[in-house]
Amino acid sequence: MSVPPGISERVFSQAIGQFERAVGREWVFTSDEDVALYSDAYTPLWNEAEAKTASAAVAPASAEEVQAVMRVANEHGIPMYPISTGRNLGYGGSAPVLSGSVVLDLKRMNRILEVDERNAYALVEPGVSYFDLYRHIQDNGLKLWIDCPDPGWGSVIGNALDHGAGFTANPYRDHFDAHCGMEIVLANGDLVRLGMGALPNAKTWQQYKYGYGPYLDGIFSQSNFGVVTKMGFWLMPEPEAYLEGTVNVPGHDDVIPLIDIMSYLMNSAIQNAGTMLSSPVRFAAAQDPQLRTMLTRADDEAKQALNRFAAERGIPFWSNILKFYGPEEVIKAQWAYAQRRLGKIPGAQFVDGPTYRFPLTPEQIATVRDEGDFGIPTLSIFSIGARSAFNPTPTTGHLWFSPVIPMSGEAVIESQRVLAGVLQELGRDTSIAVFPQSYHQRTFVILVGFPVLHDVDANRQVRDVFRRLIDVAGEHGWGEYRTHTAFMDDCARVYSYNDHALLRLQETLKDAIDPKGILSAGRYGIWPRQLRRNRA
Amino acid sequence: MRKSILLSMLALAALPVIAQDSARVQRGNEVFQYWCAPCHAPGPRHPGTQALDALYQGAKPGVLEDRNDLVPEITATFVRTGVSIMPPFRKTEISDDDLAALAAYLAP
Repeated sequence: MSVPPGISERVFSQAIGQFERAVGREWVFTSDEDVALYSDAYTPLWNEAEAKTASAAVAPASAEEVQAVMRVANEHGIPMYPISTGRNLGYGGSAPVLSGSVVLDLKRMNRILEVDERNAYALVEPGVSYFDLYRHIQDNGLKLWIDCPDPGWGSVIGNALDHGAGFTANPYRDHFDAHCGMEIVLANGDLVRLGMGALPNAKTWQQYKYGYGPYLDGIFSQSNFGVVTKMGFWLMPEPEAYLEGTVNVPGHDDVIPLIDIMSYLMNSAIQNAGTMLSSPVRFAAAQDPQLRTMLTRADDEAKQALNRFAAERGIPFWSNILKFYGPEEVIKAQWAYAQRRLGKIPGAQFVDGPTYRFPLTPEQIATVRDEGDFGIPTLSIFSIGARSAFNPTPTTGHLWFSPVIPMSGEAVIESQRVLAGVLQELGRDTSIAVFPQSYHQRTFVILVGFPVLHDVDANRQVRDVFRRLIDVAGEHGWGEYRTHTAFMDDCARVYSYNDHALLRLQETLKDAIDPKGILSAGRYGIWPRQLRRNRA
Repeated sequence: MRKSILLSMLALAALPVIAQDSARVQRGNEVFQYWCAPCHAPGPRHPGTQALDALYQGAKPGVLEDRNDLVPEITATFVRTGVSIMPPFRKTEISDDDLAALAAYLAP
């Protein structure tokens, strides 16, 4: 049995015995075979000494058991690493940032405590997956939708705490923004309910976000200040209909008015859903060795060459799907209005997509472009990297480099040029830099994917490129919205305004809320006092 | 007559075992539908089926439920070690009992 750093075998054995009394012996895992299941399945540190490993795992079944476990951990100073379903593959999975931590596995806390159709909300525990919540709603015939990310087996709570996002209507697709009410177990085992939940007889815990006094919910996301044991979420009432359409524009610089108009439509709640900007011509040009270099340039010669390529091939330079949820007569009017606004761009063309009414039949579900648009969880995203007829050499995982950039055409052009330039400079495939870009509220999140392999040298090269991208993006004012545990210090480091004032404030909070520094050391770059030397 | 009485008695004695096996296979089916089917069900949009179709090129079915060579040890190994982009499953997800049931369900 391995032991956590700084903890003697005698103390650890004593703590393990106390954990067993708290949760039952069968739910404390200490054998090498069982603990290995908590490794990061997609680790970019495969077969290297720095690979993240746990010393043990404890799996409580209730908030009361979490309290009991945390009291033991706090008494002995045992580093703990809570996971909800542990399925945020590509972001570290179930492995702790600090090797040797005990994983606090909350998967057994899988109760859906309440789903209220009249006020459209749910209250769940951290082990509840998107599949679980979806099936519960379907089995009970409730006219509610969830909003789920790719893939659907992640935790509803865990994804929200990591600032994950989905694909349906805007008020629901930012999952942390759509939450209402939290219950937290602190490092010392104290149980706190935030917002209206602080009222002993609360009647509006899942209806009113703020409660009374400072709004603290945010400090428990992307952090290590507490163990979230319950969380409420607002859900979308099943809409009457869905409609989608596509706008294509022909020229390089058309992206500027295109995004200005999209921004207006989104901020006016006319285009009311998550969507993607893509560039068919940039993707095609990236496959052409002659044109690939043009993607890293912003001069007129490069623009004209790409415009000629687009015109000759008859490929739109930019393409954007618009999605609408609501009563059919309303969403048809929204699409018509969007076309009127977007039609001011010379050469803009529109393609009507399908219209659906709900509920969908199984036959319709099998043929929709993306089940995520309808809040239906799947695992189909794993076709990226899996063996297939088109991919004879499967990967063993992936990483996402995901900076946030402004919602403007100028920012799209600049970020594509800069990031593709880094990839080209380091001899990587630049086509991955032109991945479709996801609209968030007033921003885009770029997703640049990297394969992870059982190949130490290849993974080292990927890590070097990833770190270079973090630094270059940071120099341009673009920071990551989320990252893999291997890069948490690197991403935190670029948020350095006023000599890292934000990180210093986070450390002040850490020292006050978790004075022994036992919870999730190093998560999102926040280290407890005794381990700050680990910080890059 | 005596033989038929003897056979009836043997059958009655075996009933609890058969019922136990049937319950285990039923539980294995539930585990499969919950944990495995999202990737390994028939048809498109199931990356596990797509990967096995590409691997076996028709020599074996890509759909796990159509296989007749999945001895329990194979199922247990893949569930606990994973392969390619399929991660291993923890005991809080698929317990040892559920894994035995799943293996029984998929066994030839």
